Amino acid sequence: MTPLLEVKGLKKHFPITKGAVIPRKVGAVKAVDGVSFQLEQGKTLGLVGESGCGKSTTGRTILKLIEPTEGQILFKGQDITSLKGNKLRRLRKDMQLIFQDPFASLNPRMTVEQIIAEPMKVFGINKAARRKKIDQLLDVVGLSGYHKNRYPHEFSGGQRQRVGIARALALDPDLIICDEPVSALDVSIQAQVINLMEDLQKEFGLTYLFIAHDLGVVHHISDQIAVMYLGEIVEYGHYHELYEHPKHPYTQALLSAIPEANPHLQKERIVLKGDVPSPAHPPAGCKFHTRCPLAQERCRLEKPIMKTVSPTGQQAACHFVKEVGHGDRFVVPK
Amino acid sequence: MGENFLLQVRDLHTQFVTQSGVVKAVDGVNFEVKPGETLGIVGESGSGKSMTALSIMKLVPSPPGEIVKGEILYNGDDLIKKTEKQMRHIRGNKISMIFQDPMTSLNPVFTVGEQLTETLRTHRNVSKRQALEHATELLNLVGIPDPKARLKNYPHEFSGGMRQRVMIAMALACDPELLIADEPTTALDVTVQAQILELLKKLQKELGMAIIMITHDLGVVAEICDRVMVMYAGKQVEFTDRFRLFDVPKHPYTWGLLNSIPKMEKEKKRLKAISGHPPDLRHLRKGCPFAERCPKAKASCRIQAPHLQEVEPGHLVSCLLYEEEKVTLE
Repeated sequence: MTPLLEVKGLKKHFPITKGAVIPRKVGAVKAVDGVSFQLEQGKTLGLVGESGCGKSTTGRTILKLIEPTEGQILFKGQDITSLKGNKLRRLRKDMQLIFQDPFASLNPRMTVEQIIAEPMKVFGINKAARRKKIDQLLDVVGLSGYHKNRYPHEFSGGQRQRVGIARALALDPDLIICDEPVSALDVSIQAQVINLMEDLQKEFGLTYLFIAHDLGVVHHISDQIAVMYLGEIVEYGHYHELYEHPKHPYTQALLSAIPEANPHLQKERIVLKGDVPSPAHPPAGCKFHTRCPLAQERCRLEKPIMKTVSPTGQQAACHFVKEVGHGDRFVVPK
Repeated sequence: MGENFLLQVRDLHTQFVTQSGVVKAVDGVNFEVKPGETLGIVGESGSGKSMTALSIMKLVPSPPGEIVKGEILYNGDDLIKKTEKQMRHIRGNKISMIFQDPMTSLNPVFTVGEQLTETLRTHRNVSKRQALEHATELLNLVGIPDPKARLKNYPHEFSGGMRQRVMIAMALACDPELLIADEPTTALDVTVQAQILELLKKLQKELGMAIIMITHDLGVVAEICDRVMVMYAGKQVEFTDRFRLFDVPKHPYTWGLLNSIPKMEKEKKRLKAISGHPPDLRHLRKGCPFAERCPKAKASCRIQAPHLQEVEPGHLVSCLLYEEEKVTLE
């Protein structure tokens, strides 16, 4: 079976220019630097990492909201990397985005009905069909018909996120890229929205690329998880295996840093020193070596490649993990 | 008074008068802080946790806000009766505060050194040179490398975690007895959050100050707080030590909060979310504010407001479930 989405060696470098009149390129911010993964229909891939690691840029590049610098994006087996104009627009119908901030992503001058109708209008769905669909969608996301004529400011954060989800569903997409969809919400509301997203996935067979920094939420919703650091995936695997047996030192540190809601737990914490280096000047060799507690001379010089580290297909890019079998790209275990 | 309290808050009421009605942001809150302990205040946005903190500092924007009732006893002195001038001697000196967003709480046009020495020069009679020396020590204390050179930097030259360290250094400048931390790690990444929490723990051990930690993250509470107060719609719903809060939570809202957190277990269970959303504080109904969302709500919950009472030693809850039980037991 071809995966719904396949990304091969995706790169996005933003140029740094100098000079106002004749700008010349003096460097590049390597926001995404060689990301590869596969995502099967109906599954969820969680993308985690700290701010600035390139997870949002990855999401946006896949949607082609940002033009990739290098690499290939295959959607339903079709190479969409160089698609433009009408063809791209038709394809966008099948890929939607849910944003982090439900305050900024809804137009304050439009009613909920107009907001949800807009994508359908763009694709020329007639008024009667739109009306019917809007009622359906509001019902699916747990809002009532009388909410239709209200404006975004009349809603709470959780309700606004529901409107955002309804809009994303308006065109019956296959893939939804969720960019931190619950991080702006309170815990009790967050749980409601996560439950809703899970229900929708079951009902409509949706595929999610779930981008978030909250490791608990990602664990809960994902089938597979990819951990990103400075534009690269450093570890990838089954959600629970990755959390129980993290192989990459970065994943280990990240997981040990989560404060857990259990006062009896005395965790052995790996506190990383310093901050994430700037993606404009990423360290040579292994990008994590500046903060890695295990770093050796080799890490400064040689860049580790992704290798399979467990029989179930968990992969990590570190010189110090033992390889099982071999393979340099992701294989999603069945 | 049997026990020595650093801060006692008694029946605090803070209100906001708006065009569409009176908002009771803090509605009858009682708690005390012992020297050297960490008290956590948890709740969702709009639950009144930040307003409680701002009331203690007497920084509630007025108008429209006003502390209408209550006492805030700091070492036995009522802060509410203090004049603005007297408060200035206390703020930043005896009680300091750190905020969620370190970028907006630092002044972008002054160097970090200028801002750090400002606090010292205001509260302590020191020369500029002494102040600078002390500022260097402070930056060193909070773990900023090369502190002497960093004093000349502007806030934008620091990363988020480093800025929060600068904020902490500023708050600690005059050795406060009480540090109020309002969501100090919410804007930070987990690895940086871990650094800041470790730093706060270390500093508390070294300097012996008390901390009021305001957060919405129960993980942070479990990590750092000795006692915890849970707030909902301006009211205190539960107040106990951290072990009791996680082991034997009493209030249905606390149950809901604990159940809403995704557990990292292999078998994924559906999250038990709290239904509905927090009430509009302008139009609070009679009875318990949580009744609308409470799975255990009875008819009486919508009529009668519960009172905070000690249901077990050291465990205070405000819920009719326990009030009626007590009546029948007696």
